[in-house]
Amino acid sequence: MLDSASLMKTFRADVAEKVAPSVISARGLGFAVEGRVLIRDVDLDIKAGRRTVIMGSNGAGKSLLLRLLHGLIAPSSGEILWNGRPLDKAARRRQAMVFQRPVMLRRSVLANLDFALRVHGVHGPARRDRERAALAMARLEDLAASPARTLSGGEQQRLAIARALACAPDLLFLDEPTVSLDPASTHAVEMLIGDAHAAGVTTVLVTHDRAQALRLGDDVIFMAGGRIAETGPVEKVLQNPQSEVARAWLEGRLHFEPGASETK
Amino acid sequence: MDSFGSILTEAFGLILIWDPDLIEIIGLSLRVTLTAVIVACVIGLPLGAAVGAFRFPGRTIVAVVLNALMGLPPVVVGLMVYLMLSASGPLGPLQLLYTPMAMIIAQTILVTPIIAALTKQVVEDLHREYVEQFASLGVGPLDRVGALLWDARYSLLTVALAGFGRAVAEVGAVIIVGGNINHVTRVMTTTIALETSKGNLELALALGVVLLAIALFVNAAVMAVRASAVRAAYA
Ligand SMILES: Nc1ncnc2c1ncn2[C@@H]1O[C@H](COP(=O)(O)OP(=O)(O)OP(=O)(O)O)[C@@H](O)[C@H]1O
Ligand SMILES: [Mg+2]
Repeated sequence: MLDSASLMKTFRADVAEKVAPSVISARGLGFAVEGRVLIRDVDLDIKAGRRTVIMGSNGAGKSLLLRLLHGLIAPSSGEILWNGRPLDKAARRRQAMVFQRPVMLRRSVLANLDFALRVHGVHGPARRDRERAALAMARLEDLAASPARTLSGGEQQRLAIARALACAPDLLFLDEPTVSLDPASTHAVEMLIGDAHAAGVTTVLVTHDRAQALRLGDDVIFMAGGRIAETGPVEKVLQNPQSEVARAWLEGRLHFEPGASETK
Repeated sequence: MDSFGSILTEAFGLILIWDPDLIEIIGLSLRVTLTAVIVACVIGLPLGAAVGAFRFPGRTIVAVVLNALMGLPPVVVGLMVYLMLSASGPLGPLQLLYTPMAMIIAQTILVTPIIAALTKQVVEDLHREYVEQFASLGVGPLDRVGALLWDARYSLLTVALAGFGRAVAEVGAVIIVGGNINHVTRVMTTTIALETSKGNLELALALGVVLLAIALFVNAAVMAVRASAVRAAYA
Protein backbone atom coordinates (compact mmCIF):
# COMPACT_ATOMS: atom_id res chain seq x y z
CA MET A 1 0.00 0.00 0.00
CA LEU A 2 1.31 3.41 -0.95
CA ASP A 3 0.50 6.13 1.51
CA SER A 4 1.38 9.76 1.01
CA ALA A 5 4.37 9.55 3.37
CA SER A 6 6.07 6.75 1.48
CA LEU A 7 5.22 8.43 -1.81
CA MET A 8 6.86 11.55 -0.50
CA LYS A 9 9.90 9.53 0.50
CA THR A 10 10.23 7.98 -2.95
CA PHE A 11 9.80 11.36 -4.51
CA ARG A 12 12.45 12.93 -2.32
CA ALA A 13 14.86 10.08 -3.05
CA ASP A 14 14.14 10.66 -6.72
CA VAL A 15 14.89 14.35 -6.45
CA ALA A 16 18.07 13.70 -4.50
CA GLU A 17 19.19 11.40 -7.26
CA LYS A 18 18.42 13.94 -9.96
CA VAL A 19 20.27 16.68 -8.16
CA ALA A 20 23.41 14.62 -7.61
CA PRO A 21 23.30 11.25 -9.35
CA SER A 22 25.67 8.73 -7.85
CA VAL A 23 26.82 6.32 -10.48
CA ILE A 24 28.06 3.97 -7.80
CA SER A 25 27.71 3.93 -4.04
CA ALA A 26 28.52 1.63 -1.17
CA ARG A 27 26.66 1.30 2.11
CA GLY A 28 28.28 -0.35 5.12
CA LEU A 29 30.51 -2.37 2.85
CA GLY A 30 32.59 -5.08 4.52
CA PHE A 31 34.72 -7.96 3.34
CA ALA A 32 36.27 -10.71 5.45
CA VAL A 33 38.24 -13.83 4.63
CA GLU A 34 38.40 -16.61 7.19
CA GLY A 35 37.52 -14.26 10.02
CA ARG A 36 40.06 -11.64 8.95
CA VAL A 37 38.25 -8.39 8.29
CA LEU A 38 39.94 -6.76 5.33
CA ILE A 39 37.37 -4.09 4.44
CA ARG A 40 34.98 -2.60 6.95
CA ASP A 41 32.25 0.03 7.17
CA VAL A 42 32.91 1.56 3.78
CA ASP A 43 30.35 4.15 2.70
CA LEU A 44 30.96 6.07 -0.46
CA ASP A 45 29.21 7.85 -3.30
CA ILE A 46 30.85 8.44 -6.61
CA LYS A 47 29.11 10.92 -8.85
CA ALA A 48 28.85 10.55 -12.58
CA GLY A 49 31.73 12.11 -14.47
CA ARG A 50 33.85 12.69 -11.35
CA ARG A 51 37.45 11.60 -11.01
CA THR A 52 38.06 9.81 -7.73
CA VAL A 53 41.48 8.73 -6.51
CA ILE A 54 42.00 6.13 -3.80
CA MET A 55 45.17 6.43 -1.75
CA GLY A 56 46.62 4.67 1.26
CA SER A 57 49.49 2.46 2.28
CA ASN A 58 50.26 -1.02 0.92
CA GLY A 59 47.70 -3.49 2.17
CA ALA A 60 45.19 -0.79 3.09
CA GLY A 61 42.56 -2.55 0.97
CA LYS A 62 42.52 -0.34 -2.12
CA SER A 63 42.64 -3.17 -4.65
CA LEU A 64 40.08 -5.12 -2.65
CA LEU A 65 37.74 -2.14 -2.64
CA LEU A 66 38.01 -1.88 -6.42
CA ARG A 67 37.28 -5.61 -6.74
CA LEU A 68 34.23 -5.23 -4.53
CA LEU A 69 32.93 -2.20 -6.40
CA HIS A 70 33.47 -3.95 -9.73
CA GLY A 71 31.59 -7.01 -8.47
CA LEU A 72 34.52 -9.40 -8.81
CA ILE A 73 34.15 -10.47 -5.20
CA ALA A 74 31.01 -10.55 -3.12
CA PRO A 75 30.91 -8.35 -0.01
CA SER A 76 30.50 -10.06 3.38
CA SER A 77 28.26 -7.22 4.51
CA GLY A 78 26.68 -4.07 3.18
CA GLU A 79 25.65 -3.34 -0.37
CA ILE A 80 26.79 -1.71 -3.55
CA LEU A 81 24.39 0.33 -5.64
CA TRP A 82 24.85 1.01 -9.32
CA ASN A 83 22.72 3.99 -10.36
CA GLY A 84 20.67 3.35 -7.24
CA ARG A 85 20.11 -0.35 -7.95
CA PRO A 86 21.92 -3.46 -6.74
CA LEU A 87 25.06 -4.23 -8.69
CA ASP A 88 24.56 -7.14 -11.10
CA LYS A 89 26.23 -8.66 -14.13
CA ALA A 90 24.60 -6.23 -16.52
CA ALA A 91 25.89 -3.34 -14.41
CA ARG A 92 29.40 -4.77 -14.46
CA ARG A 93 29.34 -4.61 -18.24
CA ARG A 94 28.93 -0.85 -17.93
CA GLN A 95 32.17 -0.79 -15.94
CA ALA A 96 35.70 -1.67 -16.96
CA MET A 97 38.80 -2.37 -14.94
CA VAL A 98 42.50 -2.08 -15.57
CA PHE A 99 44.25 -4.39 -13.15
CA GLN A 100 47.37 -3.67 -11.12
CA ARG A 101 49.12 -6.21 -13.35
CA PRO A 102 47.54 -6.04 -16.82
CA VAL A 103 46.16 -9.35 -18.07
CA MET A 104 47.06 -9.88 -21.72
CA LEU A 105 45.58 -12.75 -23.66
CA ARG A 106 48.11 -14.89 -25.52
CA ARG A 107 47.20 -13.26 -28.79
CA SER A 108 48.13 -10.27 -30.88
CA VAL A 109 47.42 -6.72 -29.75
CA LEU A 110 44.58 -6.48 -32.24
CA ALA A 111 43.13 -9.85 -31.16
CA ASN A 112 43.09 -8.66 -27.55
CA LEU A 113 40.92 -5.71 -28.56
CA ASP A 114 38.83 -7.90 -30.81
CA PHE A 115 38.07 -10.37 -28.02
CA ALA A 116 36.87 -7.70 -25.59
CA LEU A 117 34.65 -6.11 -28.21
CA ARG A 118 33.22 -9.43 -29.36
CA VAL A 119 32.33 -10.28 -25.77
CA HIS A 120 30.60 -6.90 -25.54
CA GLY A 121 28.53 -7.74 -28.59
CA VAL A 122 30.14 -5.26 -30.97
CA HIS A 123 30.18 -6.77 -34.44
CA GLY A 124 30.94 -6.05 -38.05
CA PRO A 125 32.30 -2.71 -39.29
CA ALA A 126 31.58 -1.07 -35.92
CA ARG A 127 34.04 -3.45 -34.30
CA ARG A 128 36.74 -2.72 -36.85
CA ASP A 129 36.21 1.01 -36.40
CA ARG A 130 36.50 0.76 -32.64
CA GLU A 131 39.58 -1.39 -32.93
CA ARG A 132 41.24 1.13 -35.18
CA ALA A 133 40.28 3.95 -32.85
CA ALA A 134 41.61 2.07 -29.82
CA LEU A 135 44.90 1.29 -31.56
CA ALA A 136 45.29 4.93 -32.55
CA MET A 137 44.41 6.11 -29.04
CA ALA A 138 47.03 3.82 -27.48
CA ARG A 139 49.49 4.60 -30.29
CA LEU A 140 49.92 0.92 -30.94
CA GLU A 141 49.08 0.86 -34.67
CA ASP A 142 52.55 -0.41 -35.58
CA LEU A 143 52.35 -3.18 -33.01
CA ALA A 144 48.81 -4.34 -33.88
CA ALA A 145 50.02 -7.73 -35.10
CA SER A 146 52.59 -8.32 -32.32
CA PRO A 147 51.89 -10.80 -29.53
CA ALA A 148 50.52 -8.66 -26.71
CA ARG A 149 52.79 -10.28 -24.16
CA THR A 150 55.92 -9.16 -26.00
CA LEU A 151 54.92 -5.52 -25.44
CA SER A 152 56.79 -3.41 -22.88
CA GLY A 153 55.15 -2.67 -19.54
CA GLY A 154 54.07 0.78 -20.66
CA GLU A 155 52.70 -0.51 -23.96
CA GLN A 156 50.78 -3.25 -22.16
CA GLN A 157 49.32 -0.71 -19.77
CA ARG A 158 48.27 1.49 -22.73
CA LEU A 159 46.72 -1.52 -24.43
CA ALA A 160 44.89 -2.53 -21.24
CA ILE A 161 43.39 0.96 -20.94
CA ALA A 162 42.53 1.16 -24.63
CA ARG A 163 40.90 -2.28 -24.41
CA ALA A 164 38.88 -1.18 -21.41
CA LEU A 165 37.80 2.06 -23.08
CA ALA A 166 36.96 0.36 -26.38
CA CYS A 167 34.07 -1.28 -24.54
CA ALA A 168 32.66 2.21 -23.90
CA PRO A 169 32.23 1.88 -20.13
CA ASP A 170 30.43 4.43 -17.95
CA LEU A 171 32.98 3.88 -15.21
CA LEU A 172 36.63 2.92 -15.38
CA PHE A 173 38.57 1.47 -12.46
CA LEU A 174 42.35 1.81 -12.67
CA ASP A 175 44.58 0.06 -10.14
CA GLU A 176 47.97 1.80 -10.04
CA PRO A 177 48.19 2.00 -13.84
CA THR A 178 51.51 3.84 -13.98
CA VAL A 179 53.48 2.03 -11.31
CA SER A 180 56.89 0.97 -12.73
CA LEU A 181 56.44 3.08 -15.88
CA ASP A 182 58.97 5.67 -17.01
CA PRO A 183 57.91 9.35 -17.14
CA ALA A 184 57.07 9.26 -20.84
CA SER A 185 54.90 6.15 -20.50
CA THR A 186 53.31 7.58 -17.37
CA HIS A 187 52.45 10.71 -19.31
CA ALA A 188 51.00 8.64 -22.17
CA VAL A 189 48.83 6.65 -19.76
CA GLU A 190 47.69 9.80 -17.98
CA MET A 191 46.69 11.29 -21.32
CA LEU A 192 44.56 8.22 -21.99
CA ILE A 193 42.86 8.57 -18.63
CA GLY A 194 42.33 12.26 -19.35
CA ASP A 195 40.74 11.36 -22.71
CA ALA A 196 38.42 8.94 -20.95
CA HIS A 197 37.32 11.63 -18.52
CA ALA A 198 36.81 14.09 -21.36
CA ALA A 199 34.56 11.50 -23.00
CA GLY A 200 32.39 11.47 -19.87
CA VAL A 201 33.73 8.32 -18.26
CA THR A 202 33.72 8.31 -14.47
CA THR A 203 37.17 7.25 -13.26
CA VAL A 204 38.31 5.63 -10.03
CA LEU A 205 42.08 5.51 -9.79
CA VAL A 206 44.33 3.96 -7.18
CA THR A 207 47.67 5.72 -6.89
CA HIS A 208 50.50 6.31 -4.45
CA ASP A 209 51.66 9.38 -6.35
CA ARG A 210 50.51 12.73 -4.91
CA ALA A 211 51.28 14.68 -8.05
CA GLN A 212 49.32 12.16 -10.09
CA ALA A 213 46.45 12.33 -7.64
CA LEU A 214 46.33 16.10 -8.12
CA ARG A 215 46.50 15.75 -11.91
CA LEU A 216 43.92 13.00 -12.26
CA GLY A 217 41.65 13.43 -9.25
CA ASP A 218 38.79 15.63 -8.16
CA ASP A 219 38.05 13.73 -4.95
CA VAL A 220 40.25 11.50 -2.85
CA ILE A 221 39.35 8.53 -0.70
CA PHE A 222 42.09 7.84 1.80
CA MET A 223 42.12 4.29 3.11
CA ALA A 224 43.85 2.77 6.11
CA GLY A 225 43.44 -0.67 7.61
CA GLY A 226 40.46 -1.53 5.40
CA ARG A 227 38.50 1.58 6.33
CA ILE A 228 38.01 4.97 4.79
CA ALA A 229 40.09 7.30 6.94
CA GLU A 230 39.28 10.49 5.11
CA THR A 231 37.53 11.77 1.99
CA GLY A 232 37.28 15.15 0.34
CA PRO A 233 38.45 17.27 -2.57
CA VAL A 234 41.89 16.12 -3.52
CA GLU A 235 43.74 19.47 -3.09
CA LYS A 236 42.20 20.05 0.31
CA VAL A 237 42.96 16.60 1.68
CA LEU A 238 46.48 16.46 0.30
CA GLN A 239 47.37 19.93 1.57
CA ASN A 240 45.66 19.74 4.88
CA PRO A 241 44.73 16.21 5.90
CA GLN A 242 42.41 16.01 8.88
CA SER A 243 43.07 12.41 9.88
CA GLU A 244 46.26 11.40 11.64
CA VAL A 245 46.85 8.41 9.30
CA ALA A 246 46.55 10.50 6.16
CA ARG A 247 48.87 13.17 7.56
CA ALA A 248 51.43 10.57 8.65
CA TRP A 249 51.28 8.82 5.30
CA LEU A 250 51.57 12.02 3.29
CA GLU A 251 54.51 13.16 5.38
CA GLY A 252 56.17 9.84 4.74
CA ARG A 253 56.06 8.81 8.40
CA LEU A 254 55.18 5.19 8.99
CA HIS A 255 51.89 4.96 10.69
CA PHE A 256 50.45 1.90 12.29
CA GLU A 257 46.75 2.17 12.72
CA PRO A 258 46.01 0.76 16.18
CA GLY A 259 44.20 -2.52 15.74
CA ALA A 260 44.13 -2.16 11.96
CA SER A 261 44.69 -5.82 11.22
CA GLU A 262 42.98 -7.08 14.32
CA THR A 263 40.37 -9.72 13.75
CA LYS A 264 36.93 -8.87 14.92
CA MET B 1 69.97 -67.72 -37.07
CA ASP B 2 71.30 -64.78 -39.06
CA SER B 3 73.65 -62.31 -37.52
CA PHE B 4 72.17 -59.10 -36.14
CA GLY B 5 73.94 -57.15 -38.85
CA SER B 6 72.28 -58.96 -41.72
CA ILE B 7 68.86 -58.73 -40.07
CA LEU B 8 69.34 -54.99 -39.72
CA THR B 9 70.42 -54.70 -43.36
CA GLU B 10 67.36 -56.62 -44.53
CA ALA B 11 65.11 -54.51 -42.31
CA PHE B 12 66.41 -51.28 -43.84
CA GLY B 13 66.06 -52.95 -47.23
CA LEU B 14 62.34 -53.44 -46.57
CA ILE B 15 61.97 -49.81 -45.69
CA LEU B 16 64.00 -48.63 -48.68
CA ILE B 17 62.14 -50.71 -51.26
CA TRP B 18 58.91 -49.39 -49.76
CA ASP B 19 57.67 -52.94 -49.13
CA PRO B 20 53.88 -53.04 -49.78
CA ASP B 21 53.10 -55.10 -46.67
CA LEU B 22 55.17 -52.73 -44.56
CA ILE B 23 53.41 -49.68 -46.02
CA GLU B 24 50.00 -51.23 -45.49
CA ILE B 25 50.77 -51.90 -41.84
CA ILE B 26 52.20 -48.43 -41.23
CA GLY B 27 49.25 -46.89 -43.03
CA LEU B 28 46.71 -48.72 -40.89
CA SER B 29 48.62 -47.85 -37.72
CA LEU B 30 48.57 -44.18 -38.55
CA ARG B 31 44.93 -44.26 -39.64
CA VAL B 32 43.77 -45.98 -36.46
CA THR B 33 45.89 -43.86 -34.14
CA LEU B 34 45.17 -40.52 -35.81
CA THR B 35 41.43 -41.20 -35.84
CA ALA B 36 41.52 -42.20 -32.18
CA VAL B 37 43.53 -39.11 -31.22
CA ILE B 38 41.20 -36.80 -33.15
CA VAL B 39 38.12 -38.30 -31.49
CA ALA B 40 39.89 -38.16 -28.12
CA CYS B 41 40.66 -34.47 -28.69
CA VAL B 42 37.09 -33.69 -29.71
CA ILE B 43 35.91 -35.18 -26.40
CA GLY B 44 38.90 -34.55 -24.15
CA LEU B 45 39.72 -30.92 -24.94
CA PRO B 46 36.33 -29.41 -24.05
CA LEU B 47 35.90 -31.82 -21.15
CA GLY B 48 39.31 -31.01 -19.71
CA ALA B 49 38.77 -27.29 -20.28
CA ALA B 50 35.40 -27.37 -18.54
CA VAL B 51 36.82 -29.21 -15.53
CA GLY B 52 39.79 -26.82 -15.48
CA ALA B 53 37.77 -23.62 -15.75
CA PHE B 54 34.52 -24.16 -13.89
CA ARG B 55 33.63 -24.87 -10.30
CA PHE B 56 30.73 -27.29 -10.15
CA PRO B 57 29.58 -29.95 -7.72
CA GLY B 58 31.49 -33.16 -8.32
CA ARG B 59 34.34 -31.38 -10.04
CA THR B 60 36.97 -32.94 -7.78
CA ILE B 61 35.54 -36.40 -8.38
CA VAL B 62 35.68 -35.90 -12.14
CA ALA B 63 39.29 -34.73 -11.86
CA VAL B 64 40.25 -37.72 -9.72
CA VAL B 65 38.52 -40.14 -12.09
CA LEU B 66 40.25 -38.58 -15.11
CA ASN B 67 43.63 -38.89 -13.42
CA ALA B 68 42.94 -42.49 -12.48
CA LEU B 69 41.78 -43.33 -16.01
CA MET B 70 45.04 -41.90 -17.33
CA GLY B 71 46.79 -44.95 -15.97
CA LEU B 72 44.34 -47.51 -17.38
CA PRO B 73 46.18 -50.72 -18.28
CA PRO B 74 45.74 -51.14 -22.06
CA VAL B 75 45.03 -54.88 -21.79
CA VAL B 76 42.15 -54.17 -19.41
CA VAL B 77 40.71 -51.63 -21.85
CA GLY B 78 41.17 -54.20 -24.61
CA LEU B 79 39.34 -56.79 -22.57
CA MET B 80 36.45 -54.44 -21.76
CA VAL B 81 36.03 -53.40 -25.38
CA TYR B 82 36.27 -57.04 -26.38
CA LEU B 83 33.44 -57.96 -23.99
CA MET B 84 31.31 -55.10 -25.31
CA LEU B 85 31.88 -55.98 -28.97
CA SER B 86 31.94 -59.78 -28.79
CA ALA B 87 29.01 -61.63 -30.34
CA SER B 88 27.31 -62.03 -26.97
CA GLY B 89 28.16 -58.51 -25.79
CA PRO B 90 25.78 -55.52 -25.83
CA LEU B 91 27.36 -54.11 -29.00
CA GLY B 92 27.79 -57.54 -30.59
CA PRO B 93 25.20 -56.96 -33.37
CA LEU B 94 27.39 -54.17 -34.75
CA GLN B 95 29.96 -56.85 -35.67
CA LEU B 96 32.87 -54.57 -34.96
CA LEU B 97 35.17 -57.05 -33.29
CA TYR B 98 38.41 -57.64 -35.21
CA THR B 99 37.93 -54.54 -37.36
CA PRO B 100 39.97 -51.33 -37.42
CA MET B 101 36.93 -49.63 -35.85
CA ALA B 102 37.31 -51.81 -32.76
CA MET B 103 40.93 -50.70 -32.47
CA ILE B 104 39.93 -47.07 -32.87
CA ILE B 105 37.37 -47.48 -30.07
CA ALA B 106 39.92 -49.07 -27.73
CA GLN B 107 42.56 -46.44 -28.41
CA THR B 108 40.05 -43.62 -28.04
CA ILE B 109 39.15 -44.96 -24.59
CA LEU B 110 42.83 -45.09 -23.71
CA VAL B 111 43.76 -41.64 -25.00
CA THR B 112 40.70 -39.53 -24.07
CA PRO B 113 41.46 -39.49 -20.31
CA ILE B 114 45.07 -38.55 -21.06
CA ILE B 115 44.03 -35.64 -23.27
CA ALA B 116 41.33 -34.53 -20.82
CA ALA B 117 43.51 -34.72 -17.71
CA LEU B 118 46.46 -32.90 -19.30
CA THR B 119 44.09 -30.30 -20.80
CA LYS B 120 42.57 -29.72 -17.38
CA GLN B 121 46.01 -28.99 -15.95
CA VAL B 122 46.96 -26.57 -18.71
CA VAL B 123 43.61 -24.79 -18.74
CA GLU B 124 43.41 -24.54 -14.95
CA ASP B 125 46.73 -22.67 -14.79
CA LEU B 126 45.74 -20.33 -17.60
CA HIS B 127 42.30 -19.76 -16.12
CA ARG B 128 43.80 -18.69 -12.79
CA GLU B 129 45.58 -15.93 -14.68
CA TYR B 130 42.57 -14.90 -16.77
CA VAL B 131 39.67 -15.36 -14.36
CA GLU B 132 39.35 -11.77 -13.14
CA GLN B 133 39.80 -10.30 -16.60
CA PHE B 134 37.10 -12.66 -17.87
CA ALA B 135 34.78 -11.69 -15.03
CA SER B 136 35.51 -8.01 -15.65
CA LEU B 137 34.67 -8.29 -19.34
CA GLY B 138 31.64 -10.47 -18.58
CA VAL B 139 32.77 -13.41 -20.71
CA GLY B 140 30.16 -16.19 -20.84
CA PRO B 141 30.98 -19.86 -20.14
CA LEU B 142 31.20 -20.98 -23.77
CA ASP B 143 33.40 -18.06 -24.79
CA ARG B 144 35.57 -18.77 -21.76
CA VAL B 145 36.23 -22.36 -22.77
CA GLY B 146 36.83 -21.30 -26.35
CA ALA B 147 39.25 -18.55 -25.36
CA LEU B 148 41.15 -20.77 -22.93
CA LEU B 149 41.51 -23.57 -25.48
CA TRP B 150 42.66 -21.11 -28.11
CA ASP B 151 45.15 -19.35 -25.85
CA ALA B 152 46.55 -22.68 -24.67
CA ARG B 153 46.80 -23.95 -28.24
CA TYR B 154 50.55 -24.55 -28.19
CA SER B 155 50.47 -26.50 -24.95
CA LEU B 156 47.44 -28.42 -26.14
CA LEU B 157 49.16 -29.36 -29.38
CA THR B 158 51.87 -30.99 -27.32
CA VAL B 159 49.15 -32.71 -25.27
CA ALA B 160 47.68 -34.15 -28.48
CA LEU B 161 51.14 -35.27 -29.58
CA ALA B 162 51.64 -36.99 -26.23
CA GLY B 163 48.35 -38.81 -26.77
CA PHE B 164 49.45 -39.79 -30.27
CA GLY B 165 52.78 -41.08 -28.97
CA ARG B 166 51.05 -43.22 -26.39
CA ALA B 167 48.47 -44.61 -28.82
CA VAL B 168 50.81 -45.42 -31.68
CA ALA B 169 53.10 -47.43 -29.41
CA GLU B 170 50.27 -49.28 -27.67
CA VAL B 171 49.90 -53.01 -28.26
CA GLY B 172 47.87 -54.68 -25.49
CA ALA B 173 44.44 -53.29 -26.33
CA VAL B 174 44.62 -53.38 -30.12
CA ILE B 175 45.84 -56.95 -30.24
CA ILE B 176 42.84 -58.13 -28.18
CA VAL B 177 40.15 -56.26 -30.13
CA GLY B 178 41.87 -56.23 -33.52
CA GLY B 179 43.15 -59.78 -33.51
CA ASN B 180 46.16 -58.96 -35.69
CA ILE B 181 44.52 -60.29 -38.87
CA ASN B 182 46.74 -60.03 -41.91
CA HIS B 183 45.68 -57.21 -44.29
CA VAL B 184 42.81 -56.29 -41.97
CA THR B 185 43.91 -55.31 -38.49
CA ARG B 186 47.66 -55.65 -38.42
CA VAL B 187 49.33 -52.54 -37.09
CA MET B 188 52.96 -51.88 -36.33
CA THR B 189 53.00 -52.95 -32.70
CA THR B 190 50.95 -56.11 -33.12
CA THR B 191 53.01 -57.13 -36.14
CA ILE B 192 56.22 -56.65 -34.20
CA ALA B 193 54.86 -58.85 -31.40
CA LEU B 194 53.71 -61.57 -33.79
CA GLU B 195 56.64 -61.60 -36.23
CA THR B 196 59.16 -61.63 -33.41
CA SER B 197 57.50 -64.71 -31.90
CA LYS B 198 57.54 -66.33 -35.34
CA GLY B 199 61.25 -65.56 -35.75
CA ASN B 200 60.59 -63.22 -38.70
CA LEU B 201 62.87 -60.58 -37.31
CA GLU B 202 63.46 -58.51 -40.47
CA LEU B 203 59.88 -57.22 -40.71
CA ALA B 204 59.69 -56.77 -36.92
CA LEU B 205 62.88 -54.76 -36.87
CA ALA B 206 61.89 -52.68 -39.89
CA LEU B 207 58.65 -51.76 -38.13
CA GLY B 208 60.59 -51.12 -34.93
CA VAL B 209 62.80 -48.65 -36.76
CA VAL B 210 59.76 -46.88 -38.21
CA LEU B 211 58.10 -46.74 -34.80
CA LEU B 212 61.25 -45.29 -33.31
CA ALA B 213 61.42 -42.72 -36.10
CA ILE B 214 57.81 -41.73 -35.42
CA ALA B 215 58.58 -41.37 -31.70
CA LEU B 216 61.57 -39.19 -32.51
CA PHE B 217 59.49 -37.12 -34.92
CA VAL B 218 56.77 -36.59 -32.30
CA ASN B 219 59.33 -35.43 -29.75
CA ALA B 220 60.99 -33.12 -32.23
CA ALA B 221 57.57 -31.71 -33.11
CA VAL B 222 56.81 -31.09 -29.43
CA MET B 223 60.08 -29.22 -29.01
CA ALA B 224 59.55 -27.18 -32.17
CA VAL B 225 56.03 -26.22 -31.04
CA ARG B 226 57.36 -25.19 -27.62
CA ALA B 227 60.17 -23.14 -29.12
CA SER B 228 57.88 -21.24 -31.47
CA ALA B 229 55.37 -20.64 -28.67
CA VAL B 230 58.09 -19.22 -26.44
CA ARG B 231 59.32 -16.99 -29.26
CA ALA B 232 55.87 -15.53 -29.66
CA ALA B 233 55.35 -15.26 -25.88
CA TYR B 234 52.33 -17.51 -26.25
CA ALA B 235 53.71 -20.22 -23.98
N1 LIG C 1 41.84 -13.14 -1.33
C1 LIG C 1 42.43 -12.72 -0.21
N2 LIG C 1 42.51 -13.53 0.85
C2 LIG C 1 43.10 -13.12 1.99
N3 LIG C 1 43.63 -11.92 2.16
C3 LIG C 1 43.58 -11.06 1.14
C4 LIG C 1 42.99 -11.41 -0.11
N4 LIG C 1 43.09 -10.37 -0.94
C5 LIG C 1 43.74 -9.41 -0.26
N5 LIG C 1 44.03 -9.81 1.00
C6 LIG C 1 44.67 -8.99 2.03
O1 LIG C 1 43.94 -7.80 2.14
C7 LIG C 1 44.78 -6.72 2.40
C8 LIG C 1 44.51 -5.61 1.41
O2 LIG C 1 44.92 -6.03 0.13
P1 LIG C 1 44.85 -5.06 -1.13
O3 LIG C 1 45.37 -5.82 -2.29
O4 LIG C 1 43.51 -4.48 -1.25
O5 LIG C 1 45.89 -3.93 -0.72
P2 LIG C 1 46.24 -2.59 -1.49
O6 LIG C 1 45.73 -1.46 -0.69
O7 LIG C 1 45.79 -2.66 -2.89
O8 LIG C 1 47.83 -2.60 -1.40
P3 LIG C 1 48.94 -2.23 -2.49
O9 LIG C 1 49.16 -0.77 -2.38
O10 LIG C 1 50.13 -2.98 -2.02
O11 LIG C 1 48.46 -2.68 -3.82
C9 LIG C 1 46.19 -7.25 2.36
O12 LIG C 1 46.63 -7.42 3.68
C10 LIG C 1 46.06 -8.60 1.67
O13 LIG C 1 46.99 -9.49 2.18
MG1 LIG D 1 46.74 -2.94 -4.72
